[in-house]
Order: sequence, then C-alpha cells, then structure tokens
Amino acid sequence: MLLLLLSIIVLHVAVLVLLFVSTIVSQWIVGNGHATDLWQNCSTSSSGNVHHCFSSSPNEWLQSVQATMILSIIFSILSLFLFFCQLFTLTKGGRFYITGIFQILAGLCVMSAAAIYTVRHPEWHLNSDYSYGFAYILAWVAFPLALLSGVIYVILRKRE
Amino acid sequence: IVVYTDREVHGAVGSRVTLHCSFWSSEWVSDDISFTWRYQPEGGRDAISIFHYAKGQPYIDEVGTFKERIQWVGDPRWKDGSIVIHNLDYSDNGTFTCDVKNPPDIVGKTSQVTLYVFEKVPTRYGVVLGAVIGGVLGVVLLLLLLFYVVRYCWLRRQAALQRRLSAMEKGKLHKPGKDASKRGRQTPVLYAMLDHSRSTKAVSEKKAKGLGESRKDKK
Repeated sequence: MLLLLLSIIVLHVAVLVLLFVSTIVSQWIVGNGHATDLWQNCSTSSSGNVHHCFSSSPNEWLQSVQATMILSIIFSILSLFLFFCQLFTLTKGGRFYITGIFQILAGLCVMSAAAIYTVRHPEWHLNSDYSYGFAYILAWVAFPLALLSGVIYVILRKRE
Repeated sequence: IVVYTDREVHGAVGSRVTLHCSFWSSEWVSDDISFTWRYQPEGGRDAISIFHYAKGQPYIDEVGTFKERIQWVGDPRWKDGSIVIHNLDYSDNGTFTCDVKNPPDIVGKTSQVTLYVFEKVPTRYGVVLGAVIGGVLGVVLLLLLLFYVVRYCWLRRQAALQRRLSAMEKGKLHKPGKDASKRGRQTPVLYAMLDHSRSTKAVSEKKAKGLGESRKDKK
C-alpha cells in the first residue's frame, strides 16, 4: 500500500516536473541558430550559448498555448494538493474523484496546448527550417502520464 | 496640477477612439477651469490646438483635420476632460496633449497620449492569455460549485425523507423526546444515506418496505 502510494506521488510529481520543464525551457522548436519556446525567441551560437532573446509575438494562438500550459500546471498542483487533503479526509473505500478529475483536466490542457502549437506554430514561427525540441516532446509525454495518473486516482479506492 | 492620460491608444480605421484625460488639483474645481487638447502629427514639429473648453463651453476645431470629428464627453465636475475622435484615419497618427488649467492651480505638466491607427486593432498581449485562464478556471469553479449544491440538495432531500420514514416507523413513541434527539440523529442519518444515495432503487425499495411495515404497524 505504501509502495503504491509512493509510486502514485512520484508519478504525479514527475508529471508536474515535465509540465514545468516544457513550459519554461526554450526548446520547443530548434533550428540552426535559434531556439524558441512559448515566451521568447532566442538566437544561439553553434556551441549552444544563448546570444540574444526577444519576446515572442503576441499571436492569439500562442497566447492560448501559454494559457493552457499554465492551466495544466495549476490543475496538476491543485490535484496534488487535493490528493493530500483527500488522503486524510476521505472515508474508507472512497475514491479520489476530484483529484483524478483535476489531473485529467491537466492532461487535457497540456494536450490541447501541444496540439494547438503543432497546428498553428507556422503563424508566428516564420523560419522554414526547424525541428521540434525536447520541451515540445516533453509536453506530449506529460499528456499520457497526466491522463494515466488521473485515471489511477479515479480507479483507486482508499484503504486505511 | 497633475494631468493624467493613457500612454498609448489604438484604434481601427473608420472607428472612433476615446482620449481620456483626468487631473488632480490641490484646489476645488473652479468655474474658470479650462481643458486644451493639442495635436502633433507623427513626424510633425508643431502642435496645433484642436479643442478647448473654458467657462463651461467646449470650442471644437472647425477648420482643421478634425473638423466635425471631435466630440466632448468630459465633465469638469468629475475631473474628466475626455474627447472622442470619430471616423479615424491613418493621417490621425500622432501625439495628443491634454492640458488642464484650474485657476489658481495652473502650474503643472501636460500629459501626452499617442494614437496609433491600424487597419485591424491587434489584440494586446496577455488579453487572450488572461481570458483563457480566467475563463477555464471560472468554468471549473462554477461546475464544482454546481456539483456540490446539487449534491447538498439531494442529500438534504434524502435525509428529510429518511427522517420522515423513521418517524413513521417509530410511530409516536418518542414524541416527547423527538425534538431533542432530532439534532443528534441528523448526522448519522446523513452518513447512512451517503451509502444508499448511490442507488436510488435501494432507497425506494426501502421506502416501499418501510411504508409496508408502517402499515402493518398501524393494523
């Protein structure tokens, strides 16, 4: 039981870390000499040092990507918080519905963020030569993990 | 006197824009208060007066580029010297200066607002961001609230039903002590109902059973 509890928390924290990293790190799209994320557009030298950054365009779709990423972080943190609350208050045999729902919401948010980014990024990213960076991939990885941990929360019954 | 305006205003071609101007004065607002709006075209050197308000009377540009396009919407009593410019054009780009004199308080700086006319007004940074975050959080909160209200009402109805049932089952045996025990009994009933509330069928069955029993009791 303790092991299960620990692994659930570890999974949740892992999701949170993934969300934070993918939101913050400037590696959504990399190309020769530049790396962009949701917040800024940086030019880099060949050795990987960041030269100069300027803030990204105020494109509506980019803003909604930022918003959904922030929302997913908020929901995930809220879910972790609620999990600890429910751990102590829930009656025996109860399910962690609210925790699970918020975690699933976080997963859906990060999915929509990544999906919008995939479809719409040519609008604000004009370089034709690019590849997706690791932060973008982490966002996609965070989606099934968040969904998985959300489903686990919903399925799980509280034992003493 | 201190005059306040926005730093920048954006407007779309053909639409109208309000140039806000307010002030803080150490004196009471006097009858001699005057507002002056000056306009300096983008790249131009000279500022021209386009609007003047004095002695309760607005004087509006009748010959220049803003002819018949300015409207006075301010009110000196509310320390408001705002004007509206209608039917914007690209040539209206420039700096507007608001100057307020409230004798005897006349020493102070003017305030400037820069007008940018666009074909389509770009959304300001953070508007969509804030709207999406606020909207989704609001909807989630609302849903949660709704869920809890519905559940609360449901539980209360069930509890009331159960109380009536138990009262019927017990007849008028405990009548004198009923009021005193009511409060104490309410909570366990609620908890008991938590288990039953999942299947209304069980409840209705029990209800029917209870009714039957009570009928038997009556016989």
